[in-house]
Amino acid sequence: MALVEKHSLTDAPEFRVSEAMPGDFLALLKPRVMSLVVFTAFVGLATAPGAIDPVIALIAILAIAVGAGASGALNMWYDADIDAVMSRTAKRPIPAGRVTPDQALAFGIVLSVLAVMTLGLLVDPLAGALLAFTIFFYAVVYTMWLKRSTPQNIVIGGAAGAFPPMIGWAAVTGSVSLESLVLFLIIFLWTPPHFWALALFKSQDYASVGIPMMPNVAGEASTKRQIFGYSLLVAAIVVAPWLIGMTSAVYGVVAIALGAAFIWYAWKVLRMPEADRSMGPAKALFAYSLVYLFAIFAVLLGDVAVGRLMGL
Amino acid sequence: MKPIETVELTEAQKKARKRRNLAIALALVAMVVIFYVATLTKLGPEILVRPM
Repeated sequence: MALVEKHSLTDAPEFRVSEAMPGDFLALLKPRVMSLVVFTAFVGLATAPGAIDPVIALIAILAIAVGAGASGALNMWYDADIDAVMSRTAKRPIPAGRVTPDQALAFGIVLSVLAVMTLGLLVDPLAGALLAFTIFFYAVVYTMWLKRSTPQNIVIGGAAGAFPPMIGWAAVTGSVSLESLVLFLIIFLWTPPHFWALALFKSQDYASVGIPMMPNVAGEASTKRQIFGYSLLVAAIVVAPWLIGMTSAVYGVVAIALGAAFIWYAWKVLRMPEADRSMGPAKALFAYSLVYLFAIFAVLLGDVAVGRLMGL
Repeated sequence: MKPIETVELTEAQKKARKRRNLAIALALVAMVVIFYVATLTKLGPEILVRPM
């Protein structure tokens, strides 16, 4: 009471009543990233051997989606300072002033706990533990530690994005196996060329906020070589589901073709002249890489589904 | 005696608060439904089996 009598509430500079709409909180969940997470987690869940009740499967996917969204909110809470400077991220809810950092932090933590608890209790304890580790890895290991300290940030941090199919697999089987490890590796090895293609044509943004992305640290020439190297690795690993007997040869052939196209796009980036500031090939690789990952997982899902229908 | 100073919300703030409250209510109802359906799915009729 004494405080209220001495000071006017509206005088306090930090005093602010929120005008955040539910849509602003939804934006904190990074819905576009979430769509890839949901899809890859679903493929992991659907291709795993064994039966799962459709209702429980739906709850598993929902929990994984919310967990991924929560880690996105925690990422936006921590990165609000650099998001405000970069053109790509300046309109996010926190730098735009629609959501306060405290609101985002609380939102992220509450959703993380709910998602992990729901997955662990209702679906499978290992899946819940993997989701908890994924959120920790993305929010703490990647966002707070690696992102601002090493050009290998997205290489190691890519593991966070690679876990969802493994979580989906664990939701059905309660275990981690060679197949789920292969699904993990596909996304893990796909992340560096995907992100470095973006970093090439957004290098000014990253440089302006001091994020040590590969083009800013090792130079464009080295980044292009590394993109090409990782493209060879990802094109090789996507064939693995066929080689280990998870799919039929149909998937294998499609994976080889899609991988060859990936290498071709990466080759165009490698041959891109330093003087080319429009970075057409890098933008093309970035766009193709998104289609590629969706396509690989879609074909994998279709192949396994057809195989089951035909009783193979 | 001076009246206690309170915060007068603007129309935009009131509208935002109402929308947020509605979203929280919907999320809570959704959670109740999810746990109810999951309990039925996982336990089924066994939910009535309660050894003393």
